[in-house]
Amino acid sequence: MNHSELARDFNKDEQRVDWHDETLFWIRNKRDKAAQAIPEWEQLRESASAIKDNVLSGLHNYLLEFESNALRNGIKIHWAQDAAEHNLIVHSILKASGIRQMIKSKSMLTEECGLNAYLEKRDIEVIDTDLGERIVQLAKEPPSHIVLPCIHKKKEEIGTLFHEHLGTRKGESDPLVLTAAARENLRAAFLSRRAALTGVNFAVAETGEFVVCTNEGNADMGAHLAQVHIASMGLEKIIPKRAHLGIFLRLLTRSATGQPITTYSSHFQKPREGQQMHLIIVDNGRSAQLGKPDFRNSLKCIRCGACMNTCPVYRRSGGHSYQHAIAGPIGAILAPNLDMEQHADLPFASTLCGSCTHVCPVKINIHEQLYKWRQEIVKKTGVPAAKEMSMKLMKNALSDPALYRLAGKTGRFLLKYAPFTINNHFNPWYQQREMPQAPETSFRSWYLKHQK
Amino acid sequence: MKVGLFVPCYVDQFYPGAAIASLQLLQKLGVDVHYPLNQTCCGQPMANSGFEHLTLGCNALFLKNFQAFDYIVSPSGSCVLHLKEHLEVPAAEQASLQMRHKIYELTEFLTDILKLEHLDASFPFRVGLHLGCHGQRGLGLAQMSEKVAPFFSKPLKLLNMIRDIQLVELDRPDECCGFGGTFCVAEEAVSVKMGKDRVADHQRQGADYITSTDMSCLMHLEGILKRNKSHIRVLHIAEILNHKDK
Repeated sequence: MNHSELARDFNKDEQRVDWHDETLFWIRNKRDKAAQAIPEWEQLRESASAIKDNVLSGLHNYLLEFESNALRNGIKIHWAQDAAEHNLIVHSILKASGIRQMIKSKSMLTEECGLNAYLEKRDIEVIDTDLGERIVQLAKEPPSHIVLPCIHKKKEEIGTLFHEHLGTRKGESDPLVLTAAARENLRAAFLSRRAALTGVNFAVAETGEFVVCTNEGNADMGAHLAQVHIASMGLEKIIPKRAHLGIFLRLLTRSATGQPITTYSSHFQKPREGQQMHLIIVDNGRSAQLGKPDFRNSLKCIRCGACMNTCPVYRRSGGHSYQHAIAGPIGAILAPNLDMEQHADLPFASTLCGSCTHVCPVKINIHEQLYKWRQEIVKKTGVPAAKEMSMKLMKNALSDPALYRLAGKTGRFLLKYAPFTINNHFNPWYQQREMPQAPETSFRSWYLKHQK
Repeated sequence: MKVGLFVPCYVDQFYPGAAIASLQLLQKLGVDVHYPLNQTCCGQPMANSGFEHLTLGCNALFLKNFQAFDYIVSPSGSCVLHLKEHLEVPAAEQASLQMRHKIYELTEFLTDILKLEHLDASFPFRVGLHLGCHGQRGLGLAQMSEKVAPFFSKPLKLLNMIRDIQLVELDRPDECCGFGGTFCVAEEAVSVKMGKDRVADHQRQGADYITSTDMSCLMHLEGILKRNKSHIRVLHIAEILNHKDK
């Protein structure tokens, strides 16, 4: 099924669509309020964008600088070319210490790499400790949003899930009670697991440290209690200097949820005594994206999710309709880089309204890239013959004024005298909309009669 | 100042009233406006579907039709944005790229070039302004809610010159209507839902009319309004700006 079909399914329950749309738009509004409170907001976006442009231009050198500083700090650095290599590295680290259970705090990269499924197949249990991630993990679903993984679930559904898995009272849906139950359940895992995996929000080249931003403190608790800390990062997560964090931390959470800053912005610089700290730097298509001038600046993304919250299509189709770890507008420009044929539907799941581009804290021209991906996809993967034919017919008619006028006249004639040829169930416009009423004449005919 | 009027294909065929109002309004304001008879389309329907390479014929035709004018004015923010971003004729590259700077959407032409301050028009109804996204965010016809920057709105400025008009405030001032070109059929379910929500916002504010700088948005919204037997009607902004009491 493609995006359009999954979105149609999602729309079968209109009340649910309204709830999903309103919840996310409320977060978009919170973002607006937080941004409006910062007079220099647009300047911050510009600075963040410029820093990230600089990073992408000098990525090779920054990565080496980061690596040498991190090594000096005692962090073990691994390089992974793709998802398979990343997963293999995680597995080998765990195997070397004889670890069969791991806790994980939120990491979209491990979703992208399919780490959980990979480790489960090798009899290693993974527990996600971010509350939203834990909920979708219990539901055996992928996250539907990069910042709010279970935004598609109502609290009653979470209550049912927790009743089944965590033994809460049947019918309990009070968020406070449910959170407390999850907390208690996770606490045991935190205390008993010897390995913890976290994501990385920023890696500072000049110091060799990495920064993890969370609201729940679960990354910290995991990393601080475990003997082995593994952090996974996409190779674009570099920033040159620690001072630049001031810009990114101010933008990140205001854009994401409207909070001034994440509750925890934790800096990891070196392992404590007796602890192993591993950092896996993952390419997985990123250097290929870097080599595409039209698409490279999508690598500036800091994963705030603002483009999803604002996207009128995402809000009304749900994250799962994108069938990619990263949904929404940013996912729709990142996914085709990984597999253009498989994700050919995503750049078309947009009206090109441009809202995404203008909420983006690092100024990625998302809607322009969607347009460009459409051109690439049509040229390189081919399109259904019927679509290609209709486009060619359209081209012929619109390049030839006489043919255009004939086609227009025929269309208006049919609408007027044989509406059943157009108003039928083969015409997707007509399913829920009336066709425009055919006027007596075109503007051109009126003009010739009245003005010439 | 010689002005060429570009009437988008679907406006020519289905909504001649919007084009007539645009023409009459410009004439009323003393503009030397012409309608080249061999015009067709800006090419956007193909380009937004991923077939930009099929728009060469359209582009060449557009250049030929409008070469003689100082300004090209069109009652559609979306078509104008497409031309300003993509009009290119390989055999006449320089001329086509220069032409991009001469193309104006009607309301921006009225406010920025004619510097209109007064209009003799009246429209005693409750009206909601749906800003087409391409006009608003692409051409900058009005400030967008995403940005931290001072408010302005060229279409609103013009509507505020109309006597007796009651402009309603929408809950979501710049939410997309869901038309999106071929999106409206390719993603029918989401497109219609977006349109229904847009209509509902106007309904909540008690609007009699929905107006816009883009007839394409209105065509989509009108389709939904009519199917649901709503009393709300749609009118292109030119038809309101050109409206006189009978």
